[in-house]
Amino acid sequence: MSVYLDHAATTPMVDAAIVAMTKQLGKLGNPSSLHTPGRSARKDIEQAREVLARVVDCAPSEIIFTASGTEANNTALKGLFWKSRAEGKNVVVISAVEHHAIIDPAAWLGEHEGAEVIEIQVNKNGVIDLKQLGDLIKTRGDEIAFISIMHANNETGVIQPIAQVTALAREGSIPVHCDAVQSFGKVSLSFAGLGLSALTLSAHKIGGPLGIGVLVFQRGVEIPALLHGGGQEREIRSGTLNAPAIVAFAAAAQQAIPSSQIASLRDLLIAGIKQAIPDAYINGEGEKLPGIVNATFPGTESDTLLLLLDAQGIAASTGSACSAGVQRPSHVLLAMGHSDKSARSSLRFSLGTQTTREEIEETLNVLPQVIERARAANLR
Amino acid sequence: MRVIAAMSGGVDSAVAAARAVEAGHEVIGVHLALSSNPQKYRSGARGCCTVEDSHDARRAADVVGIPFYIWDMAEEFHEGVVENFLSEYAAGRTPNPCLRCNEKIKFAAVLDRARAMGFDGVVTGHYARTREGANGKTLHRAIDNSKDQSYVLSVLTVEQIAGAIFPLGDTEKVDIRKEAATRGLSVANKPDSHDICFVPSGDNAGWLHERLGSEVGPIVDQDGKEIGQHKGAYTYTIGQRKGLGLSVPTLDGSPRFVLKIEPKTNTVVVGSREELAITTMYGENPVWCGPAVTQTPQEGFVQIRAHGQPLPCTYYLFDNRLVATLQDPLLGLATGQAMAIYDGDRVVGSATVCETKA
Repeated sequence: MSVYLDHAATTPMVDAAIVAMTKQLGKLGNPSSLHTPGRSARKDIEQAREVLARVVDCAPSEIIFTASGTEANNTALKGLFWKSRAEGKNVVVISAVEHHAIIDPAAWLGEHEGAEVIEIQVNKNGVIDLKQLGDLIKTRGDEIAFISIMHANNETGVIQPIAQVTALAREGSIPVHCDAVQSFGKVSLSFAGLGLSALTLSAHKIGGPLGIGVLVFQRGVEIPALLHGGGQEREIRSGTLNAPAIVAFAAAAQQAIPSSQIASLRDLLIAGIKQAIPDAYINGEGEKLPGIVNATFPGTESDTLLLLLDAQGIAASTGSACSAGVQRPSHVLLAMGHSDKSARSSLRFSLGTQTTREEIEETLNVLPQVIERARAANLR
Repeated sequence: MRVIAAMSGGVDSAVAAARAVEAGHEVIGVHLALSSNPQKYRSGARGCCTVEDSHDARRAADVVGIPFYIWDMAEEFHEGVVENFLSEYAAGRTPNPCLRCNEKIKFAAVLDRARAMGFDGVVTGHYARTREGANGKTLHRAIDNSKDQSYVLSVLTVEQIAGAIFPLGDTEKVDIRKEAATRGLSVANKPDSHDICFVPSGDNAGWLHERLGSEVGPIVDQDGKEIGQHKGAYTYTIGQRKGLGLSVPTLDGSPRFVLKIEPKTNTVVVGSREELAITTMYGENPVWCGPAVTQTPQEGFVQIRAHGQPLPCTYYLFDNRLVATLQDPLLGLATGQAMAIYDGDRVVGSATVCETKA
């Protein structure tokens, strides 16, 4: 039996998205053209834009299509920084547990554009330190170019108090960007309600296709672009719009409804892990996404666990970035107080709408033997 | 058997993995990441731990049709191979890091881990053969004499040899390249690696200078008379002739050779070719690839370099040191090198040269 527990990496496409995409692939027309086929493609895109705007509670004109969540993050961070720098602000505030698609562009701004990057630390449950953020805004608010805090963490599923972040930022009129790639479609999310300046979404985490993302960006505010060309998407993101991927994204978004079934399967998995491996523990307590379980299995190495699980047909992940395929200890777990060693002994299981009880049972079935072997193979 | 194929990204390990699959084994490909800061690209004939090499290994595994993973052995490699390399040079000896890598990484850390995970052995692209005998598996030279790698495997114990599979030992290298091309492996024409993989520039002396410093010291002749200066005794090797930069020539104009390196006084001793000659070598920490050598002298061969000639000798064990007395004198033998003993084409064992005598 093959078990897929890596939905936080990517999800199977839902039927509605496959239908919408394949139908659109057969249609002719550049959405920027003025003739009938062009207008037809444009119409499909604008309908999709309106659907997405409704789902995420923003104005349709605030939706900017990009080729990925990473591109949306880069567009937001670099654009906001360049705009604010012109006003004499050069402090960039992110959290210590952001995805690399935030950490790396922020670091790049530090190395190449003169930004001072400040990281907001997290507690042992992975939640950001609002006091640190509040004090920073009080003392240096007029220097802050933007704040970027993720909605839910991709490795642990821990949800951040974004409404409190925007409330603090509002006092200093500081723009707040939020990377919601993991949480979109899984918990409720309102651009307007949270009072954000910018928000990142991605299709392939919710049953949509790869290669399409969205930057929701506040109306009436313009930022310098990364890509220059035909002036599409408010001149913030030039490039011919990817109509098949866009309509499929909207189709998937319409179906992405927070589900209690995933949460109950997750609880089954957590209870099973705790029972089978008494010294294992779950990382991050409190408000979390329904589908992510990050567990530490002391005495193991995650790459050994992955190999042994894979050999049993079970796809899991460490959730952390890799370079040359080599697993590094997760910066997220390190920020939560893990040692290098315990961070390297951790694994992420992420469930999706198509996850079944049988898959969880099969995982719990093979886990004890896998842990036992991984412990024997751990030479460090 | 369930086996791990160590895949460097080169042609040999790719064909070895393919042959292991054909031999009916259940094979999983593993690339060892040995550097915590891998170079992006491979330059020339150097190295096996760049990002590009790991990509080549992955594509070879795809073509062979086996699962592929990367194992991070950077820490083990640094401790067991790189640090040993540095401390040996600092002590005035000339180490062989490939041999240490086989001893501590490929057939120790990797084999141990593989066995613990339920695998039976490790497949590599080394040119060597094993044979099943009455007393277990023995290690032998490859058919292709010019590619034979039994020397760098002479540090393996009986237990390690039992878990080692060398599918290439019965084939000439040229035929391995042809076979790789026939199998559709894109690495068929990838150049062989020669140099030390963790010295990306290929400049060993420069690499050592960076890490061990460049303290100036004397170069002296056999009588102790200073005839030149060096910038770090450790960058010299016994028998070395080039690059001494001596200002005082010998009376008869004959060349000088490095005879001795004295790390404590940071002194390099040079002398004539004749003074290099040795007839007996002593090795410490012997390892036996089969039955242990005893105090009873045996006739056989000793090899002191990876692709050196086998030298006829008498060998025996004395005071837990492996002793080899050569039939004909040898010019220049650095301590730190391995002395591998052969009985015909069978590897008897090896030890690290710690002393030589004329």
